[in-house]
Amino acid sequence: MQRRVFIWFWSGFLAVAMAWTAAGAQDLKSFEQKITTKVLPNGLTLVVCERPEAPVFSFSTFIDAGDVNDPSGQSGLAHMFEHLAFKGTSQIGTTDYAAEKAALEKVEAANNAYEAEYLKAVGRDEKKLADLKAAVKQAEAEAHKFVVPNQFTDVAERNGATGVNAYTALDETVYFWSMPENRLELWAWLESGRLSDAVPREFYKERDVVMEERRMRTDSSPQGRLVEQFLATAYVAHNYGRSNIGWPSEVSQITATEAMNFHKKYYVGSNIVVAVVGDVKASEALPLLEKYFSRVPAGPKPEEMTTVEPKQFAEKSVVIREATQPMYLEGYHRPDYRDPDNAVYDAISDILSNGRVSRLYRSLVRDKQIAVEVAGFSPFPGDKYPGLYCFFAVPAQDHTTAEIRDGIHAEIEKLKTADVSDDELAMFKTRTRADLLRGLADNQGLANTLAEYQTRYGDWRELFRELDKVDKVTKADIRRVANQVFQPGNRTSAWIETVAPAATAQKDGGAQ
Amino acid sequence: MKSAIVKSFFAVSLAVAVLLAPAGLGAQQNKPWEQIPTPKLHEFKPQQPKRIELKNGIVVFLQEDHELPFVSGSVLIPSGSRDEDAAKTGLVELYGQAWRTSGTAKMNGDALDDLLEAKAAHIETGGGEDSTSVSWDSLKGDADQVFSLALDLLLHPKFNAEKLGLAQQQLAAGIVRRNDDESEIAGREAAKLVYGPNSPYARQPELATIGAVAVKDMDAWHQRTIGGKLIVSVGGDFDPAAMEAKLRAAFEGLPPVKAEPARKETFPGPKPVVAFIDKEDVNQSNIEIVGLGTDRHNPDVPTLAVMNEILGGGFASRLFQKVRTEQGLAYSVGGGMGFDYDHPAAFQVMALTKSASTVDATRSALAEIGGLTSRPFTQEELARAKDNILNSFLFRYDTREKVLAERVRLEFYGYPSDYLQTYRAALEKVTVDGLNAAARKYIHPDKLAVLVVGNGPEIKPGLDELKLGPVTPVDITIPMPGGKPGAGEKKQ
Repeated sequence: MQRRVFIWFWSGFLAVAMAWTAAGAQDLKSFEQKITTKVLPNGLTLVVCERPEAPVFSFSTFIDAGDVNDPSGQSGLAHMFEHLAFKGTSQIGTTDYAAEKAALEKVEAANNAYEAEYLKAVGRDEKKLADLKAAVKQAEAEAHKFVVPNQFTDVAERNGATGVNAYTALDETVYFWSMPENRLELWAWLESGRLSDAVPREFYKERDVVMEERRMRTDSSPQGRLVEQFLATAYVAHNYGRSNIGWPSEVSQITATEAMNFHKKYYVGSNIVVAVVGDVKASEALPLLEKYFSRVPAGPKPEEMTTVEPKQFAEKSVVIREATQPMYLEGYHRPDYRDPDNAVYDAISDILSNGRVSRLYRSLVRDKQIAVEVAGFSPFPGDKYPGLYCFFAVPAQDHTTAEIRDGIHAEIEKLKTADVSDDELAMFKTRTRADLLRGLADNQGLANTLAEYQTRYGDWRELFRELDKVDKVTKADIRRVANQVFQPGNRTSAWIETVAPAATAQKDGGAQ
Repeated sequence: MKSAIVKSFFAVSLAVAVLLAPAGLGAQQNKPWEQIPTPKLHEFKPQQPKRIELKNGIVVFLQEDHELPFVSGSVLIPSGSRDEDAAKTGLVELYGQAWRTSGTAKMNGDALDDLLEAKAAHIETGGGEDSTSVSWDSLKGDADQVFSLALDLLLHPKFNAEKLGLAQQQLAAGIVRRNDDESEIAGREAAKLVYGPNSPYARQPELATIGAVAVKDMDAWHQRTIGGKLIVSVGGDFDPAAMEAKLRAAFEGLPPVKAEPARKETFPGPKPVVAFIDKEDVNQSNIEIVGLGTDRHNPDVPTLAVMNEILGGGFASRLFQKVRTEQGLAYSVGGGMGFDYDHPAAFQVMALTKSASTVDATRSALAEIGGLTSRPFTQEELARAKDNILNSFLFRYDTREKVLAERVRLEFYGYPSDYLQTYRAALEKVTVDGLNAAARKYIHPDKLAVLVVGNGPEIKPGLDELKLGPVTPVDITIPMPGGKPGAGEKKQ
């Protein structure tokens, strides 16, 4: 259930990031009345937003660490830990934690012995390897005796939790659900527990589950395969080029110790924002939340990574030849979300691909009829570090990815050589404002957005202030940025070219 | 074959029962979370929309909500794809697209796009299995104009061949791609096993059937359905008296609605079969175990909902605990007895597992299904399932939008307006005996079909190891009109 979100093809959080000045009841001032923030002594930030429409609340726990932070050789680690966070603590999910802890240490020792043999470059003893594997299984069975399976989520669900889930992106890890308001304290106990007191319970079985998740999302999906190869090609140095869910050889060898080390380093107060939205009163909720969330260890904000993707100077492309229908994806490196032109990229996406009025739809889908779906969006695959401005398209039947590519490039050329119209620019501003407003009436969506803005800007108010930046976008900005970014040398493209299925050789295994 | 399935269910499920017995019995010393107080929930009376029945039979719902300055609405029209001519399968989907993109005599679809998008407003049309619809939303200040445009589109569409062609092209692209995604294949083919390949609930559009649809079919469909019992619903930031007057003026003058003829359908359910679809470019199998479900008129539905929760509902369900948590065989696993409003849904359990563990995962899932009748339900399971369902029940009506949507649904299918309350009361009364009786009545492993989509050569042991009878390959080749080669064999 803990799903991982590949931030597929929508343009990250900044797309919903504008305010509506005309709407008196829903501006920054009105939200300042509803929202209270508090930074606890351990560095953890609480954001409470009062929205008493119904006796429920939603929360979003936002960890400023994701798979981009996975150490070399351990891709998929942040996501592995996310799964662990559903397995309970020393107080929930166990019949006897002291005994379980000892048993888990034996699992780890057995697994280390197995891995050491497995990784031997020379002289691996297959018999010994099998014995060591059996020893791991035995140790796991011993530890399992103390487990009350899924008790953490069970208690949450029995108390009315709905939408129990989490996602790990490259930039962050986010946990969330909704609950009746009278379970606020229970939730605070559960949530602060897993942040501060995680236990590597059933880790290796969960690793198998994550491998299945990889097979589902990436290996067995044409689009998943395309995106993985595309990013691995577009980036040469930065971790944005590394498989989000982790390379199979690496995920399958992540250890519980590595996951717990990741937790220790990144799950510290200064790296966490918790937002609660719904039928809560800040004056009553804050003391209670402070009591529980003070359990989260303090710790220095983890150091920022040093890697900066070097400037791309050679155009790159990837061709996947397989028996599926064609798709096309291309991307250009762009700066991160703090760039002064950030809103200009949003304007480009809106004008190029928002709805049936957009340039790409009208040109490629409606008029030339070469595509059935086409979108321009950014940043991808993340926004914290310099990401890509991407174009994705699905050709119509009997049309090729080459036609699609040329059609997209023609639209890019127009952006570079002529100003957009007044109407287009005004439409972008109107629609972004309205979209922000529409998002304010949903507890879960609002909790996620507030936590994200509080993390990324240090102040949730930026959600409303970004309107100013949007209003300042000019036609000249759009032309300037288009010329800056949409250069052939800055491009990576990837597509699927359809070929007949492999000769129907021995294909009878499953069908006997 | 029948007996083989039954036998293997019992054999496996007994083994499971023995294995499971020790788990979860370890006594926990203290449960700190049980010491945390649960205060009384704040008083809450969800606001019901105002229902107005016009003289001609059209029903209007008004749901005020002044939190945000928006107004949205929809008109629901009975009849959908299950009522279309089989030779023109896909007609309603095309209709749902071309209706909006064509527009009206006063304003064509492209002009509508320009006007609406500049206001961050929307008008959309859609075609579904049992209905079509027109919906709209806009900022409050634009609400009058957007409503009159939507009304014009509802009553006076002007279908055009070019936009129909565009919709056909979109749908055709979906058809030639429909074998690329494994889960799409599994879902589609599972429905065919349940309802039969030609059933209105499972048949699929083909290039030939969508090619047979012309503008005159759009006109005829509109003419036939627009006189049905429309349900109009409007929600948001408006003055209710003014809105009621406006809607009366718009809809009261229409002729009396024509009732839909009663549906005459039979649902024999699937044949017990092990069906296999080979897909060379995957390393994971999609397993679907399917049968016939029921509909919500069935008084056993509350009991079945509790049974579903126990079988495949949440983290603590039997399927999740066994196949995912204990065996690590799947990321995605779950399912249960489906119930639709006016026809039987499917019974469906699915699991996604690596090719090599296909047989293991299928056996495990089958054992959990069989276990519904062989492993009696416990008080603890009942209490947990009830807690899960009842304590989260208010999320069915925690926004005014949800309350409105529910009322429209109940009106459309002819259920009483207090359905949710009586449903909740019935859920509270479910007993262990009731669960056991329902399992005996509805769980028939010998009537289930197993479908696997996966990579044949990688599936070792093979599906024959299930010992459920011969494995039947399913041909999913996409028919190409004019004898062109099948999709996937065409070079660019």
